[in-house]
Amino acid sequence: MSAGSYFEVSDMSLHYGAKCAFESVVMSVPRGEVTALIGPSGCGKTSFLNCLNRLIDLAPGARVTGSVRAGGLDLYAPTTDLLALRRRIGMLFQKPNPFPLSIRRNLELPLREHGIRDKRRLEETVEHALRDVGLWEEVKDRLDRPALQLSGGQKQRLCLARALVLEPEALLMDEPCSALDPLASAVVEDLIKRLRGRYTLLVVTHHLAQARRLADHVGLFWMLEGRGKLIEWGPAGQIFEAPREALTAEYVRGRQG
Amino acid sequence: MIDATTAFPPARGSSGERLATAAVWSSALLVVGVSVWMLGGLFWQGAGRINWAFLTTEPANAGRSGGIAPMLASTVLVLGVALAVSVPLGLGAAVLLAEFTDSGSVFGRLVRRSLDVLAGVPSVVFALFGNALFCQYLGLGYSILAGGLTLACMVLPVLIRATEEGFRAVPEDYRRAAAALGMSRTGTLWHVLLPAAAPGLAVGLVLGIGRVLGETAALLFTSGYVDRMPESLLDSGRTLSVHIYDLSMNVTGGDANACATAVVLVVLLLVVNAAAGWIARHWMRGKRISE
Ligand SMILES: Nc1ncnc2c1ncn2[C@@H]1O[C@H](COP(=O)(O)OP(=O)(O)OP(=O)(O)O)[C@@H](O)[C@H]1O
Ligand SMILES: [Mg+2]
Repeated sequence: MSAGSYFEVSDMSLHYGAKCAFESVVMSVPRGEVTALIGPSGCGKTSFLNCLNRLIDLAPGARVTGSVRAGGLDLYAPTTDLLALRRRIGMLFQKPNPFPLSIRRNLELPLREHGIRDKRRLEETVEHALRDVGLWEEVKDRLDRPALQLSGGQKQRLCLARALVLEPEALLMDEPCSALDPLASAVVEDLIKRLRGRYTLLVVTHHLAQARRLADHVGLFWMLEGRGKLIEWGPAGQIFEAPREALTAEYVRGRQG
Repeated sequence: MIDATTAFPPARGSSGERLATAAVWSSALLVVGVSVWMLGGLFWQGAGRINWAFLTTEPANAGRSGGIAPMLASTVLVLGVALAVSVPLGLGAAVLLAEFTDSGSVFGRLVRRSLDVLAGVPSVVFALFGNALFCQYLGLGYSILAGGLTLACMVLPVLIRATEEGFRAVPEDYRRAAAALGMSRTGTLWHVLLPAAAPGLAVGLVLGIGRVLGETAALLFTSGYVDRMPESLLDSGRTLSVHIYDLSMNVTGGDANACATAVVLVVLLLVVNAAAGWIARHWMRGKRISE
């Protein structure tokens, strides 16, 4: 795998108003690998992910301190171009959320927004992205039908394709399989494996088994004194086989069952 | 095998339930009955007089005979002016309220409250206002333009509120998805939110069109009741509703033509609403499916 880290998080904290969501997170996310974030509900995993593409800016009252670099760029510098930044760092949500438009338009819209108008190029990119997520054969005859008519798993793959058409450097995924049935979820999981190497992937999951199967690196979030903390992070082998923290050992073992 | 009738016994239930069912049914029947009676009576009396000549000739003998061509033209013109002014303004205001102001902010609440009050203001008040502003102060006189502008003011509150609700009904998911794709605010608004909010806009349009076509008081004071064919927007013009009012209140022996005109008005209302729905759907299909 390529060396170096893509995200460099140092001493980052997030407050919603007076309430602290997570505190003093230090972490580096290796470039081109799969990093899984695990931990119990409510400890700030989604919030953390939202800080990495500054989607947190949409939440009223949210305040971020500390610093994050992505590919060498300071995310929270005042000069950062938000739209360009989010183009480089894609996101997949827990609940599949294609636009209520046609399948084709779902994929073309972001491209057009970023200035790509050429018909041929649009068509090629759309087809390429749909093939990338294994959806092309299923939808090639109904590209102009509403995307909301797709099944849950298909919708999630469409959303993945929608993120991929912009050729991002990193993808943030917030429990991308949790709204899907086991089969559809396995399909998405396989996709994530195939994307390893091409993109820096950061995946939140509640599924320890999934983290084991997917992750090269793992970070464990936990709630301490009402605040989220990153308890431990490191290579998957370390976290699962030889954790340094007692909490990690307990969590990993407790769920092994 | 499970017998469906025993698995789900019919809700024979208590007498209270039966009473409630009866009450619901009879009130529904009552509503339908009254509508049928009203429209049926209208068509029964009026439809017979309607023919091509009625639609294309000028009225004669103060409207007792002859046709309604000038009123039809004036109505369409007044409606056109009112919509051309109120739809863009209403859309803009709704976007401002729904997307660019906090729903709890003082400004937002103030504007929303004022709009709700305005929506309930009687049309005569708008008539006086329109007359003072457009006819006199701006010097438009009694004209179709003045009437259309007055009606635009009148329908704006309803249009804005309905459209705003349309925008608010769009799930937050779409905004987040668009933001995560690095889409600009205007791009999101135009390509994602607007198509999704179109049903709200359509509701506002239907309400607005109904109010414009049915208005008499506001127009008596602003576009007047001259029953000649208007030659420009600065001419005075008599709309169908004003014509009906005039025939039934001021002209003895005008009742039959009043009924016929009312039938035309009802049909026009249905046609315009259907057209508005059709345009909204096609526009949406253009946005949603192709391009
Ligand atoms: N927009 C918001 N405004 C205020 N508080 C919020 C907001 N979003 C999240 N929180 C709070 O921040 C804390 C962390 O939430 P977050 O959604 O990040 O947890 P999570 O680890 O993703 O949980 P889950 O595993 O259930 O998805 C929670 O206490 C939550 O109530
Ligand atoms: Mg979450």
